Amino acid sequence: MEKVLEVRWHARGGQGAKTAALMLAESIAEMGKYVQGFPEYGPERMGAPILAFNRISDKPIHIHSNVINPQIVIVLDATLLGPKVTAGVPEDGIYIINTTKTPQQVREILKITGGKIYTVDANQISLDTIGRVIPNTPLMGAFVKATQLIPYEEFMENMRAELNKKFKKKPEVIEGNLKAIERAYQEVKGE
Amino acid sequence: MKSKVAITGNEAVAQAMKQINPDVVAAYPITPQTEVVQIFSSFVSNGQVDTEFVTVESEHSAMSATIGASAAGARAMTATSSQGLALMFEMVYIASSLRLPIVFPVVNRALSGPINIHCDHSDAMGIKDAGVIQLFCENAQEAYDNMIQAVRIAEHPDVLLPVSVNFDGFITSHALDVLEVLDDETVKNFVGTYQPEEYLLDAENPVSMGNFDMYDFYFEHKRQQVAAMEAAKKVIEEVGREYEAISGRKYGLIDAYKLDDAEMAVVVLNSAAGSAKGVVDELREKGLKVGVLKPRVFRPFPFEAIQDALKGVKAVAVLDRAETFSTMGGPMFADVRTALYDLKNDIKVVNYVYGLGGRDLRLEDVEKVYDDLANIIKTGRADKFVNYLGLRE
Repeated sequence: MEKVLEVRWHARGGQGAKTAALMLAESIAEMGKYVQGFPEYGPERMGAPILAFNRISDKPIHIHSNVINPQIVIVLDATLLGPKVTAGVPEDGIYIINTTKTPQQVREILKITGGKIYTVDANQISLDTIGRVIPNTPLMGAFVKATQLIPYEEFMENMRAELNKKFKKKPEVIEGNLKAIERAYQEVKGE
Repeated sequence: MKSKVAITGNEAVAQAMKQINPDVVAAYPITPQTEVVQIFSSFVSNGQVDTEFVTVESEHSAMSATIGASAAGARAMTATSSQGLALMFEMVYIASSLRLPIVFPVVNRALSGPINIHCDHSDAMGIKDAGVIQLFCENAQEAYDNMIQAVRIAEHPDVLLPVSVNFDGFITSHALDVLEVLDDETVKNFVGTYQPEEYLLDAENPVSMGNFDMYDFYFEHKRQQVAAMEAAKKVIEEVGREYEAISGRKYGLIDAYKLDDAEMAVVVLNSAAGSAKGVVDELREKGLKVGVLKPRVFRPFPFEAIQDALKGVKAVAVLDRAETFSTMGGPMFADVRTALYDLKNDIKVVNYVYGLGGRDLRLEDVEKVYDDLANIIKTGRADKFVNYLGLRE
């Protein structure tokens, strides 16, 4: 990795984008990389559009401003697809979208010709595996597949450790979350 | 032994407090400081620290209780932000006047009004003249490291002053970052056991504190506080060197980044210094002679170190994340410009107020500052010395 890799998450309050950005960062940090994970805190309301960010690098990261030109965009809620999602993204950017639509259909909605688009039905996956619609964890599986940045097995090991720590008092959700990540990893479609 | 962890700034500071294991913590929650106290209180309830945790009904009481504990002879801490610090102000001034080595994190947040929960330094600047040592932190690593060093600085017999450890609300407090933490034993040995020379519960050697102090002694006591601030500079450097020996990380009064041959410098506190360093790296690749000066210590003001670091530059921009409403720029600008005045080197010094109420400082904003400085050097003129960065006008 030559430059700092920047990620922007688009979601609605309550979908777990902040948690996912932090957990993704923790898991990648386990691999010895330098990371940042932070949300853009607005007036916190369930359902309001929110942003969260990651930076990933092989070297210590100095910068503390918001991410403006992300190479990777993750969208947890397909109703947010629009100009704000593509803003500042380079030609070869990667989009990872939670939707039932195909990558081709998303491409038309976003009105872009370049870049790579990945889609996965994270709502259905989380409903099947966790028992409620919480698309944040499956999207991490899609991220691992789409970016090829980190080996899947190692990521899952770290994620298990993270989930064990996070859900010490709710161990029953750990397997469901891991299953959700695994399914999204397998089911994500790209073009 | 050191280990690398990925945690937020608030978690890092709570972790440092756990390892310091103070005798008393009295605090009241306020965004974005809340997590520090919340996490620390879980250490108390889990028996991971021996601390007496005092829940209070306001920040005025938080500092009052901390003062009481410290005067009694305990190693005492509190933590706050913004309105909390404003409400605490009266007692902060008393803490420093009583020469109590209280350490307290300040998670920087804008002052109301209008009400705002995001980062700026108006809270910290409100106590800059209250006799408190103020350390500033670029990231979670520095917040953790400064907390541990703060204890030694505050309790040093030549100093005996409160130390506030400032780090940016949300930007540092709530962002996950990678840092190295020391093991418990190393921290325990570094901070040592607090052994105050004089304290109220010392029945063998009774003293009184907080006395009425008239025109015959008040002035001398104030002068002694200044002397303690002066002595603190040397102590801060000594403690920094000792800390480097256990951590491998250097800490002085200032952080001079690529300033050796620099023609243009930005002076800036806390997290924005990191962003400025990122811009400097990019501009250096284009061959521009640029650097960053980040004061780690704002009170006492390290003017000698700043003079030394900036004596060779041609133009300086001071970035302030607080207003003074003096119409003469921000609080740090006044101090830096004064420090450089006696050099008689005709260094042009300009001011940029930025990031009030959490407005994001973008990299292109910092680039613009260096652009402006280049222009000032070229023309030899700085027409406007107070500017606003990232503001809609």
